[in-house]
Amino acid sequence: MEAVRPGIAARLSDLFWRRPGALLLVLLIPPLLWLGVIYIGSLAALLVQSFFSIDEFSGLINYEFTLKTYAELLRPANFDIILRTTLMAAAVTLAAAVIAFPIAYYAARFAKGHMKALFYLGVMLPLWSSYLVKVYAWKLILAKEGILTWAVDGVGASAALNAILALPVIGGGSLSVSYIGTFLVFLYVWLPFMILPVQAALERVPANLLEASNDLGARPGQTLRHVILPLAMPGIIAGSIFTFSLTLGDYIIPQIVGSSRLFIGQAVYAHQGTAGNIPLAAAFAVVPIVIMGLYLWMAKRQGAFDAL
Amino acid sequence: MHSDRAPIALQIAAFAGLAFLHLPLLLIFVYAFTTEDRSYQWPPPGLTLKWFAVTWNRPDVWAALGLSLKVAAISTVVAMVLGTLCAAAVSRAKFFGREAVSLLVILPIALPGIITGISLRSAFSLGEIPFSTLTIVLGHATFCIVVVYNNAVARFRRLSGSLIEASADLGANGFQTFRHVILPNISTALLAGGMLAFALSFDEVIVTTFTAGQQQTLPIWMLEELVRPRQRPVTNVVAMVVVLVTFLPILGAYYLTRGGTDTAGGGK
Amino acid sequence: MSYAVEFDHVSRHFGTVRAVDNVSIAIEEGGFFAMLGPSGSGKTTCLRLISGFERPTAGHVRIFGETSEDLPPNRRPVNTVFQDYALFPHLSVRDNVAYGLMVQGIDKRTRHARAEEMLALVKLDSYGDRKPAQLSGGQRQRVALARALVNHPRVLLLDEPLGALDLKLREAMQDELKALQRQLGITFVFVTHDQGEALSMADRVAVFNDGRIVQEGSPEDIYQRPRTRFVADFVGSANVLSPALSRRAGGPEAWHSLRAEAMEAIEGGSGRLSGTVTTVRYLGAVKRVTVDVGGDELTVAIPAGQDAPAEGATVGLNWTATAMHRMEGA
Repeated sequence: MEAVRPGIAARLSDLFWRRPGALLLVLLIPPLLWLGVIYIGSLAALLVQSFFSIDEFSGLINYEFTLKTYAELLRPANFDIILRTTLMAAAVTLAAAVIAFPIAYYAARFAKGHMKALFYLGVMLPLWSSYLVKVYAWKLILAKEGILTWAVDGVGASAALNAILALPVIGGGSLSVSYIGTFLVFLYVWLPFMILPVQAALERVPANLLEASNDLGARPGQTLRHVILPLAMPGIIAGSIFTFSLTLGDYIIPQIVGSSRLFIGQAVYAHQGTAGNIPLAAAFAVVPIVIMGLYLWMAKRQGAFDAL
Repeated sequence: MHSDRAPIALQIAAFAGLAFLHLPLLLIFVYAFTTEDRSYQWPPPGLTLKWFAVTWNRPDVWAALGLSLKVAAISTVVAMVLGTLCAAAVSRAKFFGREAVSLLVILPIALPGIITGISLRSAFSLGEIPFSTLTIVLGHATFCIVVVYNNAVARFRRLSGSLIEASADLGANGFQTFRHVILPNISTALLAGGMLAFALSFDEVIVTTFTAGQQQTLPIWMLEELVRPRQRPVTNVVAMVVVLVTFLPILGAYYLTRGGTDTAGGGK
Repeated sequence: MSYAVEFDHVSRHFGTVRAVDNVSIAIEEGGFFAMLGPSGSGKTTCLRLISGFERPTAGHVRIFGETSEDLPPNRRPVNTVFQDYALFPHLSVRDNVAYGLMVQGIDKRTRHARAEEMLALVKLDSYGDRKPAQLSGGQRQRVALARALVNHPRVLLLDEPLGALDLKLREAMQDELKALQRQLGITFVFVTHDQGEALSMADRVAVFNDGRIVQEGSPEDIYQRPRTRFVADFVGSANVLSPALSRRAGGPEAWHSLRAEAMEAIEGGSGRLSGTVTTVRYLGAVKRVTVDVGGDELTVAIPAGQDAPAEGATVGLNWTATAMHRMEGA
C-alpha cells in the first residue's frame, strides 16, 4: 500500500529531513497560534482594559490610558478584599501542607503494592471528581440541620461549637456562613493538589538517606527535621503554588459557603457582571497575577519547579 | 535500625487524611436516596429511589448534560491534537524559546481560572463575538491542552530517539515512522491524556460561567442549584451521577499509564 | 578500486564544537572497517554521517561514488545496528525484522518468510513470536543484526554493538560477526572504543581523536607502528618514550614507541637505560614489570617461563635498535 502512495508524503518527508526547522515549525504553529492568539491575546485584552476607567456618571467605559482604576484598588473597601483573600490563601496553604505531609509521606515511604495504588487513587479520585459536587457536599455537611451539627450534638459538644461560632471575625450564625466554613471547603477542595507534589518530592528521597541519618545517631524527630522536611520543601512549595493560586482566584466557594464579605474572585465577577465596570474587574484580576508572579519568582529561586 | 513499619501516629494521620478526602463524597451517595426534599436534614428521615425517576424525566438536566458532553468531546479532540503537536516539538529538539512554550502551555492552568475566564470574556466583547458552543470550547480546549501535553511529553521522553532513527534507517519515511513507530508507542498516553482532558472539561465551571452566556452546561446547572436551591433532590441525584461518571475516565487513565513514569493526573 | 564509503574533507560542527574536523577516509567495498577512538572523538558522528542522521557542515560523504548529502536516511543503501539495539518494543521479533520490508510495501507472507530466513541466519529461528522485552541482551543484539540485514544493505553500520554484552558473549559475537561479514561479503563499518575489538575484527582501522583521524591502517600497522603518542597510548601496547628519554637511551631526540615485549630487563646488569623495579604483576602468559628510570616509568613484559627481577631490584634495560619506533610529536 505504501509503495503505490504518490510521492508527496515521501517528498514532504525528505523536506523535513533536509530542514528539521520546518518540521518543528509545522508542529509548533497550530498550538502556538491557538494559545498565542486566543489565550495570550485575551490576557492582553484584559490587561489593556485595566488601564481604562469607567465614567462615574454615564457608566460608560472611558478608553483612555489611566492608572485611576488601579488607584481604586487601594480604597479601604477594595484593599480589604485583597487582604482578606491573601490571608485566606495563606491559611489554606499552611493547613493543606500540614494535613498533606503525613499522607504523602506514608504513601511515598511505607505504602507498597496494593496500598500504594489505594493511596494513589485515593488522592487522584477526589482531585478529579467534580469541583461543584465537592462544594455541594460541604454545603450538605455544614448546613444547620446537616451532619456536622448532628454529630457535634451527638457527642454533646454543641456548647464548644457555639463558642467557636461566637468568636469575632471568623465566627458567624452557622458554620456555613462563617469564614471557618469557607476555609474548610477551600482546604478540602485543594488538598489533593498539595499531596501529589509533596509525595513526588518524597518519592525521590532515597531510603538509604534516612538510614544514613539514623546511622549517624539522629533520632526520628531529628531526621524528619533535618533531612526529610528540607528535601520535601520543593514539593511543598510546588503544592503551595496550586493551593495559593486556586484560592486567590476562586469565586464560587466563598459565594456558596461563607459570609457576605467579598473575595477577589467575587469582586471580579461582580464588577464585570451586573456593575459593568470591566476596567475595575480587570484591575482586580491583575492582582492574583501579580501575587502569583511574585510567588512563582520566589518559588523558582527555591528550585520548586523540579518537583512539578 | 530502619524499619518498614510506619509509626502509629503517622498511620493514623495518613488514613485520617484519606478519610477526610472521601467521606464528603460518600455523603453525596446517601443524600441521593433521602426522602427529605426541603432541607439537608441529617440523618435522612427515609430512603427512596423516586428521585432517580424524577431526574430522568427532567429535560433541563438532559439538555445541560448534552451540552457538557458535546463541549467536552470537541475540547478533548482539539486539546489532543494541539497538546500532542506541542509535546512532539518540545521533546524532539532543543530550540530557542522551548521553555517559553512549556510555560505557555501550563499558564492557563497555573493562573486562576477566573483570569482565563474574564480575559476570554473581555476579548469576546471587544471582538463582538456572540456566545455559543464555540466560545465555551475555546476556553476549555485552552486549559485542556496541558493535560494531554503532560502525558504525551512523559511518553515521548521514554520513547528513545534511536527508535525513530532505526525506523528511518530501515527505509521508512517520516509519515511511516509516525504511523508504525511513534503512534503505537504513545497511543495509551494520548488516550489517558484525552480521558483526563474530557473529565476536566466536563467538570469545569469557573471559566465556563464567563464564556457560556445563557447556555447551561451541567456544572452551570448545578451552580445555579447551589446558589438558589430549588430542586434539592434532583441536585442530589445529579451530583451522585457526576461523581460516578467522572470516576470512569480517571480509573481508565490510571490503568493506561500504570507502571510507567507518566503523571496521569498530576497536571490538573 | 571502488570505494563503498568515501569522506572527502568532511567536517561536522555543533556550534563551536568540531565533532568531526576535516576527515577524509576511503572505505573499500567488502571490507571490515573499524573506527576506533575514545568517546567524543568523532567516530560515532562519522557513522551518523554515513547513515544520514547527521549532515556534513563541509565536505562530501560519498556512498558508492554517489554524493549523499541530499539523501535522507531512508533512501540510503545502508543499515545500522544501533548501540542500544533500538528494537521496536511494540512489535514481535518477527515484525521487527520484517519492518524494513513492510515499509517498502512487501506483502505479509513474503516478508515474514524473509524475516524467518534472517532469524535463522542469526540462530534465532524459534523466537519470532516473542517481544523484544522477553529476550536476553545477546538475543536482542542478534535481532538487531537480522533486522539491519533484511534489506540487503550494501554497507552495514555497527555502533558499539558489543558494548552492552558481557565479556564471554562479546568474544563469541566477535567471531560470529567476522564470519557473517565474510559469508555475506557486505562492507561492515564498525565503531568501537575497545582497541582489542577493533584490532581483532577489522581489516582496516581508523583511530580517531578530537574529531580527526590520527592514523589509518591495518591492525598490525596500528599496533606495531603507532604514528603518534596518542595512538600508542590509546592502543596501549607500547611504552612511550619522550624525546629526552629517547636521547638518554641512545636514540635520536624524538618521540618513540617501544613495545613491552621487545625489551629485556637484566638484574644488576647494564643496558641502554637502568632503573629500579617498582612493581611486578603476574598476568598469566606474561609478567609485567614496571621500572622507574629516573622519573619515567617503562613496562617490560617477561614471558611466564622466565624469571622476573624482584621489586626494588636495580635492572638494566635492553632492546634492539629497530624495536624503537619513531613517532610524530604530541
